[in-house]
Amino acid sequence: MKEKIVIIGNGIAGVTIARYLRKYSNHEILIISSETPYFFSRTALMYVYMGHMKFEHLQPYENWFWEKNKIDLKQAFVQSIDTNNKSLQLDNGEQVNYTKLILATGSKPNKFGWPGQDLPGVQGLYSKQDLDTLEENTKNGINRAVIIGGGLIGIEMAEMLRARNYPVTFLVRENLFWGNVLPKEESEMIMRHMKDHHIDLRLKTELKEIIAGADGKAKSIITNHGEEIPCQVVGLTAGVSPNIDFVKSSNIDTKRGILVNEYLETNIPDVYALGDCAEFHQHPSGDRRNIEQIWYTGKIMGKTLATTICKTKTAYNPGHWFNSAKFMDIEYQTYGWVFPKPKENEKHFSWMHPTKYLSVRICYDKNTSAFIGINTFGIRMRHQAFDKWLNEKRSVDYIIEHLKDANFDPEFYKQYENEIVAQFNSENDTNITPKKRNWKNLFSA
Amino acid sequence: MKLIQQIGLYTFIAGMLLFTANVFIGSYRFEEQTIVAQLDATQDKIDTGDTIANGFKAALKELSFLGKKYNGEFDFISDLNQAITLYNKNITTELVTVNGITPSEIEALYSGVQKDGKIIYNEELLTTVLTDPAKKQKLIDGTNWMFEGQREYADLESFKNDLNLKLEEINSSIGKQYHISTEAWNLVNLTKAFNVGGSKTNVELWFFLTFGLIIIGGLAYNLPNIKLLGMAGIKNNGIQQTSISNKGWLAWIVLGYLVGFYLLLYFAPHYLNNNILLVDPVSNSLSGKPAGHWFLYGFIYCVSMTIMAVRMYIKYRHNNYQIFRTTVVWFFQIAFAFLIPELLVRFDKPWYDFKNAWPLDYDFFFAFNIDDLLANGTLGAFMFFWGIILTLIIIPVMAYFFGKRWYCSWVCGCGGLAETVGDPYRQNSSKTLLSWKVERYLVHSVLAFAIVMTLVTLYAYYSGATTIAGIDVYTIQKIYSFLIGSIFSGVIGTGFYPIFGNRTWCRFGCPLAAYMGIVQRFKSKFRITTNGGQCISCGNCSTYCEQGIDVRSYAQKGEDIIRASCVGCGVCSAVCPRGVLKLENSDAPKKVDGNPLIFENNIVKLNKDV
Repeated sequence: MKEKIVIIGNGIAGVTIARYLRKYSNHEILIISSETPYFFSRTALMYVYMGHMKFEHLQPYENWFWEKNKIDLKQAFVQSIDTNNKSLQLDNGEQVNYTKLILATGSKPNKFGWPGQDLPGVQGLYSKQDLDTLEENTKNGINRAVIIGGGLIGIEMAEMLRARNYPVTFLVRENLFWGNVLPKEESEMIMRHMKDHHIDLRLKTELKEIIAGADGKAKSIITNHGEEIPCQVVGLTAGVSPNIDFVKSSNIDTKRGILVNEYLETNIPDVYALGDCAEFHQHPSGDRRNIEQIWYTGKIMGKTLATTICKTKTAYNPGHWFNSAKFMDIEYQTYGWVFPKPKENEKHFSWMHPTKYLSVRICYDKNTSAFIGINTFGIRMRHQAFDKWLNEKRSVDYIIEHLKDANFDPEFYKQYENEIVAQFNSENDTNITPKKRNWKNLFSA
Repeated sequence: MKLIQQIGLYTFIAGMLLFTANVFIGSYRFEEQTIVAQLDATQDKIDTGDTIANGFKAALKELSFLGKKYNGEFDFISDLNQAITLYNKNITTELVTVNGITPSEIEALYSGVQKDGKIIYNEELLTTVLTDPAKKQKLIDGTNWMFEGQREYADLESFKNDLNLKLEEINSSIGKQYHISTEAWNLVNLTKAFNVGGSKTNVELWFFLTFGLIIIGGLAYNLPNIKLLGMAGIKNNGIQQTSISNKGWLAWIVLGYLVGFYLLLYFAPHYLNNNILLVDPVSNSLSGKPAGHWFLYGFIYCVSMTIMAVRMYIKYRHNNYQIFRTTVVWFFQIAFAFLIPELLVRFDKPWYDFKNAWPLDYDFFFAFNIDDLLANGTLGAFMFFWGIILTLIIIPVMAYFFGKRWYCSWVCGCGGLAETVGDPYRQNSSKTLLSWKVERYLVHSVLAFAIVMTLVTLYAYYSGATTIAGIDVYTIQKIYSFLIGSIFSGVIGTGFYPIFGNRTWCRFGCPLAAYMGIVQRFKSKFRITTNGGQCISCGNCSTYCEQGIDVRSYAQKGEDIIRASCVGCGVCSAVCPRGVLKLENSDAPKKVDGNPLIFENNIVKLNKDV
C-alpha cells in the first residue's frame, strides 16, 4: 500500500528518514517545517556568524534535490495533531492528512524562569531564527555579551562573539566547565584555552536576573553574587529540551520528550518520534540517556525507522558511544565511555602534553583490563579502529600497543604514541612496544 | 600590530599603483645612436647597400619623429608602430624595383602566353622572359599550378587576374628579411631601447618604488597576523563577509586588474617595458641577458608566491602538511621554474623547466623546441628524453602511489600560484552538480585537443608534411596556444581567481591534471578517508575545497573520496572541526567494516543524488 508519510521537522533526523524512505519505497513523503524551506546543518550555524561560511553552504543538498527525489516540502507550523482522524492542523489554516506520522521536531533552548529572560537582546542559539536574531542584536556592535550555561552551545556562542572581537563573559554554575562530561584536567585545559581567547570565565556563578534598559532591551545582568555586568546580548545556553509543546495537547504520550519504545513507536499506532524530541521509556542500549541530543543519533534513528517502515522491523541500536566537539582551537573526540571520574571498577590512564593542548585519556576495567573508552584532545583518532576494538573487547594493553593504527591526524603531524606508551609502561610497570601502523590490523575482518 | 598591517596595506597599494602607472607613463626618444645600436647598422646590409638602421631613420625623418621626445607610453607606441609600418613599406617598394618582377617583364609574359589563340603558360616561357634565375624560381614556385596541363584559361583576362594576384603576393614579400618585426619580443626590445625615462636612468629608485614597496607592504601586511589572528588554528573569520573575498566589488576590481595584466602580458607586452627595464639587473645577474616580458612574469610570479607563502605559513602554522607542502611548491617554483632555467641560459644552454611536463607544457614537442634541445648536445638530449620520461613514466607512477597531489599541489607552478596567491579565493569555486558536469566535459576535451595537436605536430615533424588529414599544423598549434595556452590558463585561469576560485584552470582546463586525474580515479592508492560517523555535515570541507568537490556529500555518508579532480591540498582536512577527513596513500580496502547503521555506505550504496 502506498503510504502518505508526513514528517514534522526538517532537521537531520527528519531529513535522514525522508531520504531513506525514498530510497526504500515509493511512498508519498512530505516534510513540514516552520524553520527554513530547506534542510541545513544546525551544527554549523556558528560558522555563518563567524564568516567562515554563508547560510547556503550549510545546505548539504542543492535545492533541486527535493523535487527530483519526490520529497515534498512545506514551510508551515503544525499547531495540533488529531491522531484519531490522522490529520494535522497547520498555522496557515491548512489541514494535512497522513497515514504515518513521524515527529522529528528537535529541541529548544532551556529557560529556567529567570527574570527578564524574554527581553530583547536575550536569546538562545539553536535555530536559524536564533542566528538571525544574533545578527540583529549585534548589528551595531556591542560592548559585552554574557553567556549563561557551561556546555557546548555556550562555548560555541562565546567563540562566535569573540570572532567579531566582542568581549564575552561566560557564567558557569559549576566549578568546572562541562564538568559533568569532562574530567577535571581536561576541563581545566579548555578553561585555560578560553583565557587564550580572552573569554571572561566566571565559575560557580549563576544568573539571577536580566535588567532592561530605558529602551526595553537587556542592558545588564545580575549574578547570584550580586554583581551587575553591563551587556547588550545575553546568551541562554543552559542546555536544550525537546520541542514538543504542540504535541502535548494530543493523545501522544510525552514526558520531557515524546515517549517511544526501541522501535521509535509512540503509544499511538502509525505515529513515531525520533531525534532530539524522542524520549525512550528505557534506552535500548542501556548505557545511553533516554533523550539523546546528538547529530549522529538522529541519523541512525532515521535509517532505523525507515528500515522498519519499508523493510523489516528494526530496533534502534546506536552502537558504541562516540562523539566529538571543537572548543575554539582544540578538537575533542571520544570513543566508548570515559566518565569525569573513574567508576569503582575503572581506572584512567591520562597523558597530557607538557605545553601544548594535547591529551589522551583511556578508561579501562582495572580487574579485567578491558578497554572501556578514550578521550582525545588535539589528536584525531580513527572511529573504525575503536569501534572494532570495542567489538572485539580488546584489553588496554592491546589498545596501547596498536595506538598508531588509530591515529587519524593529517600527514606530517608530530605523533606522540611513543611518549604515550612510555608513560603507560612506567605507570603500570609494563613493557609494551608500540606496533608500527599496519592496515591489516585495522581492516581485516 | 594593526597599525603595521595598515601601513603595510597602504605601502602595498602605493607600490601597485606605481607599477600600474608604469604602463601609462615613461619618456621615450627616437635617438640616432639607439637606432644604430638596436637595428644593427653594420651587419644588416640591405641589397641596395643601405642598412636597416638608415632605412628606419629615413622613415622616422619622413614622419618627423626623429629626435622627438615623448612623455607618455601610448603616444610613443602609436608612433613607433607607424614608423615601423612605413619603413617596412618603403623597403619593399624600394626593393621591388630592384628584385621584383618589373612591368616590362609582366608585359612580356602577357604577350608570350598567347599562342594560336590559346593561353599557354609554362616553364619554357618563364625561361625566355626572365633572365634572373632567382626571379624565375619565384614564379615557378608561386604559379606552377597555373601551368598548361594543370589549368586551362579560356581568355587572357582570366589568366591576368590569377597572375596579378600572385605577382602582388610575390612582390610584397620582397624585402621581408629586412622588415622590422612587429612581434611581441621585438616591440619589447624596441620600447625598452628607446625608453629614456626613470626606469632606465634611475632603475634602483624605481625598482624600490614598485617591487620594493609591493614586497615590503605585502610582508608588513601578512606578518602581523601571527599576533592578530590569535592562537594557531583555523581562522576563516569574516571571509564570507568581506568584499574582496566574497565576490564583492573589490573582488571584481581585482579580477579586472588581473585580466588586464594578462591581456597585456600575452598580447601587448611592450606596454610593460618600464617594468621589464626594472628587472633587467636581476635578469643580467642570473642569465647575463636583459629581461624580456617572460622574465618579468617569472619574477612577479616568484615575488607573489613568496609573499603569499608567508601568509600560508602564518595561517596554517599549526598544520605541518600545509607547511611542508607550501615550502616544497614554493621551492619548485623558485628553483626549477625560475633560477635553474635562467642559469642554464647563462651557460648557453636551452631555457628548460625540468618539472614542467607535457601536456601542460604543450609546446614541448613543437619543432622549435625539439630542434633547440637536440642541438644542445648531451644535456639537450637528456632534457628531451627527461621530458618524455616525465610524462610517460614518472607522472603516472607517482600518481599511482601518491595521487595527482604530488604534482598539482606540491610541484606545479600553476598549482603553486593557486595555493599561495589564490588561497584567499578558494571558497569561491562552485560546488554545484552542474559545474561538475561542465568540468568533466571541458577538462577532458582540452586533454583530447592537446593529444591531437601534439600527434599532428609530431607526425609533421618526422614526415615533413605541413598538413595532416586536412589539419594545418601551424594553425592548430596557433589555435591551441591562443585558446588554451594564453586565454584559458592565463587570462581566465588566474584572472578569474577572485570570483571563480583559485583552481579555475586546474579544474576546468589543465590537460595534465586531466591525465593524472584518470590515474587517480581508477588506479591510485590515494584517497581521502572519512572518519566513520563523526561528520556533522557542517560544510566547511566543501566550502573550502578549491576544486569544487562536494566533500561533505561523501563525508556524511562515511564514504572515501576518490575523485579525479582532487589535488590533495589538504585544506578540507584542515578546516574540518571534527577530525573527519584524512588524506592517505594506502592499500586499505575502500569500504569499511562496522555497524552498518553508523557507517552508512555499508547498508546501501546511495545513488549519487540521494
